[in-house]
Amino acid sequence: MSGEARDGGKRDWPLYEVFVRGKRGLNHVHVGSLHAADDRMALTHARDLYTRRNEGVSIWVVRSEHIAASTRDEKDPFFAPSADKVYRHPTFYDIPDDVPHI
Amino acid sequence: MTAQQAAESAAPGALPPLQEHFDATIARDQRIEPRDWMPDGYRSTLIRQIAQHAHSEIIGMQPEGEWITRAPSLRRKAILFAKVQDEAGHGLYLYSAAETLGADRADLTERLIEGRQKYSSIFNYPTLTFADVGVIGWFVDGAAICNQVPLCRSSYGPYARAMVRICKEESFHQRQGYELLMTMMRGTDAQREMVQDAVDRWWWPSLMMFGPPDDHSPNSAASMAWKIKRHSNDELRRRFVDMTVPQAERLGVTLPDPELRWNEERGHHDFGTPDWDELMRVIKGDGPCNAQRIERRRTAHEEGAWVREAAAAHAAKQAARTEKGTAA
Repeated sequence: MSGEARDGGKRDWPLYEVFVRGKRGLNHVHVGSLHAADDRMALTHARDLYTRRNEGVSIWVVRSEHIAASTRDEKDPFFAPSADKVYRHPTFYDIPDDVPHI
Repeated sequence: MTAQQAAESAAPGALPPLQEHFDATIARDQRIEPRDWMPDGYRSTLIRQIAQHAHSEIIGMQPEGEWITRAPSLRRKAILFAKVQDEAGHGLYLYSAAETLGADRADLTERLIEGRQKYSSIFNYPTLTFADVGVIGWFVDGAAICNQVPLCRSSYGPYARAMVRICKEESFHQRQGYELLMTMMRGTDAQREMVQDAVDRWWWPSLMMFGPPDDHSPNSAASMAWKIKRHSNDELRRRFVDMTVPQAERLGVTLPDPELRWNEERGHHDFGTPDWDELMRVIKGDGPCNAQRIERRRTAHEEGAWVREAAAAHAAKQAARTEKGTAA
């Protein structure tokens, strides 16, 4: 048995991140986190906490420790490769005004 | 020079690049996010404020929760249930935001129970009649809205986002309270007196919810500079008074302040000074219900220990079974 069950309920249940699909046609969006003993409890808690007013049609929960994230913020060199490639944007290309539908 | 060398050569006291980046983000009115570098003072101020806010929501379940079993109709009972459940939800959104700063939720609960962290002074007053439920919705949730709407633009992303969710729900809280009072005001003389009595008791404590006056608010300046807070205590208090006076007139109650009058020149109401000594006494733990509120929270936490333990044991057993199944 893991130590989690034997500490007199003192230690918190693991932390989960919650993602909600607001309605059909939209992506799941991160809405916050909660603690739960297991995945099933995390889903019911997420329903009670984040969708009390029909805010969702589908919920994902994932243990926070299972999320891999890029470091720091957007100033990180991690994002540098995309900064100097203006030719990836449609506005980079000059097309005469009289060319239709482009 | 590599980044590492640059970091090492930066003399202590010189503004390091991380601090500059943080300052620039605040200056551009952009949000600080959990994994960003931030000054220790910013982090600790936020943890203190968010935790205090979360504790207030959790303790705030008690004064009204006491009336759930005594609500006068099934309609009022269902509404009150939903409202108190919302308060729990607000507390959890906020604890979630505090955790993104490195706070530990179990530790925050301990701090509340041990009296090492505060909650709003307003919840240390008793709810004597059902009219109090209405007045709390109208005043206390109204004051909360004044406080919280600007916090939706707070510089810390997770806090601001939690406040957006909370503000959407507070509007229901305020409106159900006002509607409850309107219903009572259409009732008997005794009911009208009950409403006026609740107004008399809750008005001043509600004004105190905005905190001490600006010249006595030690943490305000830093919070404003960091854009955690957007308006001063006195500014928000004045806004609340201006908002509430016409609502009181429409309801037909008198706000218990002989100095309250419209000031044409300023375009705001003049009003009396709350009893700041009383606020300090209540904050220090000497309010009518401080001991009772904390005791109740402690009991709920302790009596829930077996549930937390059992759920953890169940989860461990299920996980072990799954593991065994996968191995086989």
